[in-house]
Amino acid sequence: MITKMTHSSILVLDQDSAYDFYVNKLGFKVVMDMPMVGKEGRWLTVSPPEQPGFEIILSPVTSSMYSKETSKALKELVQKGTLGVAVFTCADIYATYEELKAKGVEFTKAPTKEFYGTEAIFKDDSGNWFSLAQLT
Amino acid sequence: MTLEEYPKIYLYRRIVQAKLFIDSNYTSNIDLNKIADEAYFSKFHFIRLFKKIYGKTPHQYLTVVRIEKAMLLLQANTPVSETCFSVGFESLSSFSKLFKHTVGITPSMYMVQQQKINEQKNHSPLSFIPGCFAEKNGWLKK
Repeated sequence: MITKMTHSSILVLDQDSAYDFYVNKLGFKVVMDMPMVGKEGRWLTVSPPEQPGFEIILSPVTSSMYSKETSKALKELVQKGTLGVAVFTCADIYATYEELKAKGVEFTKAPTKEFYGTEAIFKDDSGNWFSLAQLT
Repeated sequence: MTLEEYPKIYLYRRIVQAKLFIDSNYTSNIDLNKIADEAYFSKFHFIRLFKKIYGKTPHQYLTVVRIEKAMLLLQANTPVSETCFSVGFESLSSFSKLFKHTVGITPSMYMVQQQKINEQKNHSPLSFIPGCFAEKNGWLKK
């Protein structure tokens, strides 16, 4: 029986820039930030502030997991904003929206009342888009 | 979305600016009366709205920010007294008391705990990474 999700990947174009976006703008906590000494790559994971057991892997599209062709295709998909990655929730969407906007986060949808709650949509520094929701 | 649908945008902006001010100036001796003045609120109104939005009074929020920053400094082996004053506390005893109340252990115990974790990470980094990712990244190869 599966009990929990502990890790999920978000494809990013650049890990340094993603670190700044997810930590300094979204306010996520760094869980792991380890260069793989003697090998290529860096293991970088973050967690939403109130969900410490769930690690988001900020995985570069240039990772050695992918062939050059795959990396190129993934980079194009991410940059074009093809990938809708996740839904994040917050206690007060208007305050969160104003704060993130003040920090320079790009929103493609301002908070709007929907059937399931109030939702906004923002993009990360790579082009991935996310729903930000205050559930009712 | 029309402005009518957006609840009291000016109030949100002022409270958010106050929160961001705390985020940027937690190392200083922040005067919450001054923040309320800058947000054009009475102190009482400011505290009530801040707590409604963030679930904490501005003072409680400032303490949380300072403790979280202190945790980061201690993780990086910064001495306890230096950490205390770097994050804006003026008394080592009140810092230690608040830290223990929030984190569950004293700052020095926390630093020792984090040093052990850092040693484990340096000694065997792969024990912190799901094997499938380590393998696909080629990190298991000798």
